[in-house]
Amino acid sequence: MTILNLVFIVFLGILFFIAYFHISNYILDTYGNKTLKRYNFENSIRVIVFITPAFIVLFIFILYPVFETIRLSFYDKFGREFVGLYNYKWAINDPEFRRSILNNLVWLLVVPTLSTFFGLVIANLADRIWWGSIAKSIIFMPMAISFVGAGVIWKFIYEYRGPENTQIGLLNAIIVSLGYEPQAWLTIPMWNNFFLMAIMIWIQTGLALVIFSAALRSIPKEMLEAARIDGASELKIFFSIIIPYLEQTILVIWTLITIIVLRIFDIIFAMTNGEWQTGVLANLMYDWMFRGGGDSGRGSVLAIVIMIGVIPILAWNLYKHRQEQKI
Amino acid sequence: MKKFSISSLLSQLLLLFFVIIWIIPTFGLFISSLRDKDLLAISGWWTSLTTTEVNEIYRMSGMESQIEEDGYFKIKGKLFEDNSEKKIESFGITSKKINEFNIGDVAIFKDESEVLLDEDGNYEWRSKTEFKKKKGKRLFTTSLSPPAFTFENYREVLFKEGIGRAFINTMAVALPSTLIPLIICSFFAYSLTWMKFYGRDTLLAIIIASLVVPLQMSLIPILTIYNDFGALFGVAAKSYPGVWMAHTGFGLASTTFLLRNFLKSLPNEMMEAAKVDGASHYDIFLRIIIPLSIPAFASIFILQFLWCWNDLLVGLVFLDQVPSEIILTAKLKELLGSRGENWEILTTGAFVSMTVPLFIFFALQRYFIRGLVAGSVKG
Repeated sequence: MTILNLVFIVFLGILFFIAYFHISNYILDTYGNKTLKRYNFENSIRVIVFITPAFIVLFIFILYPVFETIRLSFYDKFGREFVGLYNYKWAINDPEFRRSILNNLVWLLVVPTLSTFFGLVIANLADRIWWGSIAKSIIFMPMAISFVGAGVIWKFIYEYRGPENTQIGLLNAIIVSLGYEPQAWLTIPMWNNFFLMAIMIWIQTGLALVIFSAALRSIPKEMLEAARIDGASELKIFFSIIIPYLEQTILVIWTLITIIVLRIFDIIFAMTNGEWQTGVLANLMYDWMFRGGGDSGRGSVLAIVIMIGVIPILAWNLYKHRQEQKI
Repeated sequence: MKKFSISSLLSQLLLLFFVIIWIIPTFGLFISSLRDKDLLAISGWWTSLTTTEVNEIYRMSGMESQIEEDGYFKIKGKLFEDNSEKKIESFGITSKKINEFNIGDVAIFKDESEVLLDEDGNYEWRSKTEFKKKKGKRLFTTSLSPPAFTFENYREVLFKEGIGRAFINTMAVALPSTLIPLIICSFFAYSLTWMKFYGRDTLLAIIIASLVVPLQMSLIPILTIYNDFGALFGVAAKSYPGVWMAHTGFGLASTTFLLRNFLKSLPNEMMEAAKVDGASHYDIFLRIIIPLSIPAFASIFILQFLWCWNDLLVGLVFLDQVPSEIILTAKLKELLGSRGENWEILTTGAFVSMTVPLFIFFALQRYFIRGLVAGSVKG
């Protein structure tokens, strides 16, 4: 497809939706009141005009797939023959699946906790320093770039050359200058997971930081002033006032990052492709969508496992969100 | 007072420490993308401002270029191209002693042949006996390369490696994938907020329930639908409109949710007054809702645009990995596999892929943060 064609279909695609709404509403506005005497009738046609596109998309891309995925998880690899719980039994006994669950759990334990912690500490530091907003911008920046881009950035840091060569990876250069042997960081089982997690922490700390920055302003200034006058150290204020005050926010951010981490795919796909025991659920699922021509049964089971992990956390988060809105 | 300033200094240092840790990875990538590729391959980017000592191995010409002169067999030539700024400092003839000789020394091989080398890489080999091998002898050189920065990497990546095309493809994916949901969701959110109809609350509950469905749940069934659709109509199953609709589907629930939260906060009286004046819902939508919603639209636009721009999974599953369709993230991932050692290509490619997000980030940070804080419900 040439670039010109591409530009053309992009315009056409966007125009199609604008035209749909404009033309159908124009017809209703022009002829509606004359031919459809009752306002209510015209109104209900307009409701249909307004919600139909979104509802069709919602149905095809979310509602139907949920039921279809659940159905497929009980069928064979082509989705034709009912196999009962076979795919689930396979998953429980599959060492790759267990490894992925374990890795996912470690990710869930480490990344949200550390990102939230760093975010809180940095927000608190930056709040009191005149160049704090510049610092916040810099730490927030990784939020804007893609996981794959971040993967390239960090792969460059972890780059490994044999001991006889000059190291061009920053981490190995530091290690060598301290007198140790260079390491191929991403291939050391178990530890490599932490090197991948560092990337995610580097990205997600920014998210925690901006939300905490906003929340910090809600702490009454008088309370902090009073504590300072009473001679409390900044550390004491941090632990005794700020953390208890932001407890809800901390939980919200922690769950937010947890949900992002549960679905983590890109970083691992780009950096190790799940090799050297770094696989997680989303990668395993992608793998089974295409491995050996694709196995929709096993892939569906993995998708369901991810959803079961996400639902309670996101539901809790939404519940909190709605509660806050009511207040 | 003194105690306060010490603690303030400590916090400043701690924050500085965090800032340095956070910026170094990106900074290193940026510097590397501007470095000469030969230097990039052999020295760390933190040495890019100093002169680098480069050790290289060259091979002289073999027997074909041999000439007889003054009773000697001679081979003359140059080790590297004329336009190089390299200056050779020292050289060697065995891998054990690569710095054995200085420029001007005559190096003598085991077979008693001799070689002379000048700092520009011109060599002259001579021997009493004829040279009988096709491959010439090896020379080990140590030269000093001054710092070298170049845009050559960008030219190469954009035009030769296909990153330029991938950039356009990504734009062609991200723009409609952002605008289409914005268009249809704004009407959807409007009707959910300001129109009365049977089943409205049920529909709203479905939207909120959809928020918790991770995108992985949809991949297999949608891919099957696309394949069936492609087979039925004899068209390519994976295509741009397919990706747009997939992104629209995955962003629909959160976009609608955010827009509805915003629309709900608008005063009811305004709509009622307009209705009394005879305005239709479409009039209200065009003349009241859209102007009032610009900031909300901006936040949602940025959020969804960055999401689509940075996405890998959807582009991987719903587009063919061919030059006319591959998106930046997928291309980068492909290069990580195929050109894993060519850091000039990887660093430059990554930086090109980051230009748009970084521009949005620095130009529209306020809206970005607002959208992110509000839109963190995306499932």
